[in-house]
Amino acid sequence: MNAVKHIQSRTVVLPTKDIDTDQIIAARFLTTTSREGLGQNVFYDLRYNEDGSEKSDFPLNQPQAHGCGILVAGNNFGCGSSREHAPWALLDYGFQAVISSEIADIFRNNALKNGLVPVVADKGTHQWLLDNPGAEVQINVEDAMLTLPDGRTTGFPIDSFAKYCLVEGIDQLGFLQQHLERITNFEEVRAWKP
Amino acid sequence: MSNATLFEKVWSDHVVVDETPDTPAVLYIDLHIIHEVTTPQAFTVLREQGLPVRRPDLTLATMDHSTPTTPVSSFKDLDVVGESAANQIRQMEQNCKDFGLDLIGFGNEHRGIVHVIGPELGATQPGKSIVCGDSHSSTHGAFGALAFGIGTTEVGHVLATQCLLQRKPKTLAINIDGQIPAGVSAKDVILAIIGEIGVDGGTGHVIEYRGDAITALDMDSRMTICNMSIEGGARAGMIAPDDTTFEYLHGRPRAPRGADWDAAVKRWKELRTDEGAEYDKSITLAAGALQPMVTFGTNPGMVVGINEPVPDGGDDPSFRKALDYMQIESGKPMTDHSVDVVFVGSCTNGRLSDIEEAARVLEGRKVADGVRMLVVPGSQQVKNQAEAKGLDRIIVEAGAEWREAGCSMCIGMNGDTVPHGKLSVSTSNRNFEGRQGVGARTVLASPATAAASAVSGRVADPRTFS
Repeated sequence: MNAVKHIQSRTVVLPTKDIDTDQIIAARFLTTTSREGLGQNVFYDLRYNEDGSEKSDFPLNQPQAHGCGILVAGNNFGCGSSREHAPWALLDYGFQAVISSEIADIFRNNALKNGLVPVVADKGTHQWLLDNPGAEVQINVEDAMLTLPDGRTTGFPIDSFAKYCLVEGIDQLGFLQQHLERITNFEEVRAWKP
Repeated sequence: MSNATLFEKVWSDHVVVDETPDTPAVLYIDLHIIHEVTTPQAFTVLREQGLPVRRPDLTLATMDHSTPTTPVSSFKDLDVVGESAANQIRQMEQNCKDFGLDLIGFGNEHRGIVHVIGPELGATQPGKSIVCGDSHSSTHGAFGALAFGIGTTEVGHVLATQCLLQRKPKTLAINIDGQIPAGVSAKDVILAIIGEIGVDGGTGHVIEYRGDAITALDMDSRMTICNMSIEGGARAGMIAPDDTTFEYLHGRPRAPRGADWDAAVKRWKELRTDEGAEYDKSITLAAGALQPMVTFGTNPGMVVGINEPVPDGGDDPSFRKALDYMQIESGKPMTDHSVDVVFVGSCTNGRLSDIEEAARVLEGRKVADGVRMLVVPGSQQVKNQAEAKGLDRIIVEAGAEWREAGCSMCIGMNGDTVPHGKLSVSTSNRNFEGRQGVGARTVLASPATAAASAVSGRVADPRTFS
């Protein structure tokens, strides 16, 4: 995983609540055996009509959304399935961070393990971002601070270990492997065996 | 430990390394269930790093998501939909071969949906920690296991180390007191719960379902309830094991035997929340007020009693968007709507008692003209048991399709999809936009409600078919 310390980008806003992982990446795109190339199918049924033409009113299809690296979404983003294809698709499309007032547990975990920064903003900040698409926002991962265009800053919660891994670009498997001796010991001494 | 909840007992029994403010706990996993969709990229990481699977003996592998369910005389005839799905299935077979894993593959009498076969084999047991790259892993909590869905990176962690890095979640007690009325099933109970707490009500929490209405349920019903914990935002849902649990497990292929069985039951009986233990949150529902439930919107929290009017969401644009997608109006009951497709199956409602519940309604009746009904057993075992009881004949004679085991129309990855704009009454777990096919409109319901709707040609109250 590449280190993610600081993000500065304009936002694109999807104000709908409860955007689930089926909407982020539909199940029919999950037959891949790779992590690559999922960006072309992100939000597919929201982006395209049945005949394959673009839905012009969908925010991601508007010219000003081009190059936006921060997605602002309605409450409870990423609910539903455990598919890691959801953060893979968002990253592949070009997003570096997602901001909502609540982010579902499994999606948040998956995002953090891939360097997509999940930012849970306070209600006031979240509402301001929903109301101001295209705002230039800064996310300082190391200090867990979000800065709005007028210079207002606000903190956001992030697990200290996950933050450390993001900032240093650390693969958590390596961390787990440091504990292999204790894992073996646990297997040997536990009172019952699975 | 005194004054501990069921969750805390199972959690602490699996902590290899304690969590600190700076680092999560290292949590040991007793059973890792894997399937073809969420594992290929994890095996790639193992290959890249030259790592073996640490505990093949604690890994249960099958294929269910993208597998066809069309009836075939021989598994050789299976026609996998799409080259990439076929490739994924071949990849799963290769990965299991390369890493020394027993694959419950095509032609195996135990193949089925991950969350159906774990319990069926007796691999799912009280007090175990169980994970799978599938959010409905919460199902296994019905046995008093701590079971939750994980992403593919974490699948790799478990394959390589048999452990996960986890922060301890909070606890939410859901008490259901009293007696569940006749004609109301476990599916109705969990839909009512999600309607109450909302689709994010359980975020960050592990649910424990409690109360005499819960302890009165059989294991299939308990699994249906725990299965949909994730639809309330909770990664895991648990029910304390009791005699019903032990009776279910006794004699199953992977359950302990002889003296090991006695020792296990003794240990399992300790797996209950102590008197005075505290939950972070607690809610109570009265079982007596429950009724058949159906969803009207595009998430499982948008749910209403079968004869009640669809609520008015005010000026909430997300609510309005959901109703527009569903082509449903506020103020009218769901029974006003005609039905195009009915699906009975999935890890939520694809067990023998679910098929029986549907067959009871179908017996001696016909699926209404213009309605396509699929009944898809959750496993090969469920299929065999249902056929031994003659349920397949009732289903086929009613004009419904009796299929091979798999996830099927719950997720629509295998070619079983609902056509654009069509309304489906489904016993699955998600009514998300496009879940059952592009533009599909899904109404979640119990097997009885689904079968009643198939017969009526409209969304129907199953109590009128008793």
